[in-house]
Amino acid sequence: MSALTDNALWRGTARVMGRLGISGRTLVIAIPMLWLLAFFLVPFLVLGRISLAEAIIARPPYTPLWERGPDGTLHIIATLENYRFLLEDALYRNAYLSSIRIAVISTVFALLIGYPIAYYIARSPEPRRSVLLLLVILPFWTSFLLRVYAWMGFLRREGVINNTLMSLGIIDQPLVMMQTDFAVYIGIVYTYLPFMILPLYANLVKLDDALLEAAGDLGASPTVTFFTVTLPLSLPGIVAGSMLVFIPAIGEYVIPALLGGPDTLMIGRVLWDEFFSSRDWPVASAVAIVMLFLVVAPIMWLQSVQNRRELQ
Amino acid sequence: MSDTALAADTKPWRDTTARPFISIRNITKRFGDFTAVNDISLDIYQGELFCLLGGSGCGKSTLLRMLAGFEVPTAGQILIDGQDMAGVPADKRPTNMMFQSYALFPHMSVEKNVAYGLLREGKSRAEAYARVAEMLKLVKLEALAKRKPHQLSGGQRQRVALARSLIKQPKLLLLDEPLGALDKKLREETQFELIRIQETLGVTFIVVTHDQDEAMTLATRIGVMNEGVITQVGEPRAIYEHPKSRFVADFIGSVNLFEGQVRDPGAPVVVETPELGTMKALAREGLSAGQQVWLALRPERVSLTRTEPAASDSVNTLPGVVEDVAYMGHMSHFRVRLANGRMLRVTLSNRLHDEDPISWDEAVFASWNASAMRVLTE
Repeated sequence: MSALTDNALWRGTARVMGRLGISGRTLVIAIPMLWLLAFFLVPFLVLGRISLAEAIIARPPYTPLWERGPDGTLHIIATLENYRFLLEDALYRNAYLSSIRIAVISTVFALLIGYPIAYYIARSPEPRRSVLLLLVILPFWTSFLLRVYAWMGFLRREGVINNTLMSLGIIDQPLVMMQTDFAVYIGIVYTYLPFMILPLYANLVKLDDALLEAAGDLGASPTVTFFTVTLPLSLPGIVAGSMLVFIPAIGEYVIPALLGGPDTLMIGRVLWDEFFSSRDWPVASAVAIVMLFLVVAPIMWLQSVQNRRELQ
Repeated sequence: MSDTALAADTKPWRDTTARPFISIRNITKRFGDFTAVNDISLDIYQGELFCLLGGSGCGKSTLLRMLAGFEVPTAGQILIDGQDMAGVPADKRPTNMMFQSYALFPHMSVEKNVAYGLLREGKSRAEAYARVAEMLKLVKLEALAKRKPHQLSGGQRQRVALARSLIKQPKLLLLDEPLGALDKKLREETQFELIRIQETLGVTFIVVTHDQDEAMTLATRIGVMNEGVITQVGEPRAIYEHPKSRFVADFIGSVNLFEGQVRDPGAPVVVETPELGTMKALAREGLSAGQQVWLALRPERVSLTRTEPAASDSVNTLPGVVEDVAYMGHMSHFRVRLANGRMLRVTLSNRLHDEDPISWDEAVFASWNASAMRVLTE
């Protein structure tokens, strides 16, 4: 009865949509497209437009895109001055390079720590596997900010680590860990480790046991099997995990602000200062746009490599 | 050459003094409470193509995996060429395996898949790839060397898997349902291809299969497995003609089974059955009057005639009505309803052209020789 009415309802809707030239498939694709358009592409265009303006003391603090002249003609005001300024000032170049360096090193450490964890979870029998996965996701139940503050408690001069080591007599002087790059690495690797583990796990859990047995059967020791079969087959998982760590790490603001020292130069902090301290929205926008391309470029490159490999 | 000399040469299992190449001694494998393989002992000889035949879950794959070294036996011993395999890991055994799923490395080309085993042995690339080229020629894949597995058809993948498992010239090749993923026509072609390769290389093959036709075609000997034990080992003809039990008779080919009691254990054996009345069957030893037995009758051993054949001491005859005919081309399957309502399966060969074939609802006489009826005690 209810199935019948549902069916009639659906057929009626489909007929109306058909007359309008909308198929079910278009509808399904349209929702994410509209979402991306409204909340990604439009803000991006706004940002791009601000980056072409000049800073003024006004509200909003940048020049408008066009102006009507006294004779009624339309003048478009756009300048690449902000981008030229980024190129010239060593501060920005250093901030970008330093961000990339910190993001790359953090990604490598997250991979080195995350791979064995993901492998172990993927190889675990079923009830234990679910528990371990839950443990990986568990930190997300606590606020990210709280967890970074907790690390401050560990790394402080009179923090848990120094107190423990001193009381055990391993060190005489407290180690300086807070406000160093070291603390920033700890914070980033700790925070983004689950983003490395989950895609790796999703990849490794699909690995067919028969492939490992086949390699062993053909004379490969477990180590050789790992490097010739497991590792190459998990490459998509490594790429996905690395991207998920690298991209947020490169623009990270909170972790270097809380754990890093004055020397820890990251583009996220520069952006913040430009925006809120200098109130120079156009330069801040230019910084953001350049960063976006720095992040997008490696993804595009990896995609093209992967496409080429699939074509072969 | 005398028959015994020939038998010793090509059928070593008939020679009591021959040394077995593989000795499986009292092997048991338990997974928790479940006993997958229960105290199996089996000898297999050099150059054999031995088939382990059984339904799913009978333990045949577990036995194969213990030979390959992927499973550790709970108890018992496996000797390959006189060497105890206990504690020898899979990568150190003189065996190679062809997997049911083929387990081809998806990220490597055909050539690299086949070369994998040789490169692990430390062979130079030049030497390895020369051997790979030879092997690909043997399985007729030389044109596809650079392809990836996902670009191949099922039959081609099967041959890559075979080439990869043979490249190291193992003493023993283990094949897990090697033809299971192929369609019927390809399977028949590939069966003979497998036999050709096995005879060319002289490697000992152990094949696991659930397909009795495959086992009958391929095997020098068959081991029929059920619930973790081997119920009968023998040449295909012996298994088919002289099954030891109802399970084997029913599993290999199709069979009519009747329960009864021995009245006279002479020649022929006379058995009283509730369903067919008094039956005459092939004599065998160890029977006693009054013993509970089963009679097995292969459908193709029965003749159907419109007129009653002359009565004889060695022939069983029963009237019936044809209920069903399935014409298969080379043969026809009949279901004949006997006087008491019991169905009898009959298969007639269509070797001769018949202008007036027996058809539905015809009254017929089903007759068969006493020697066609086997007495089973278990």
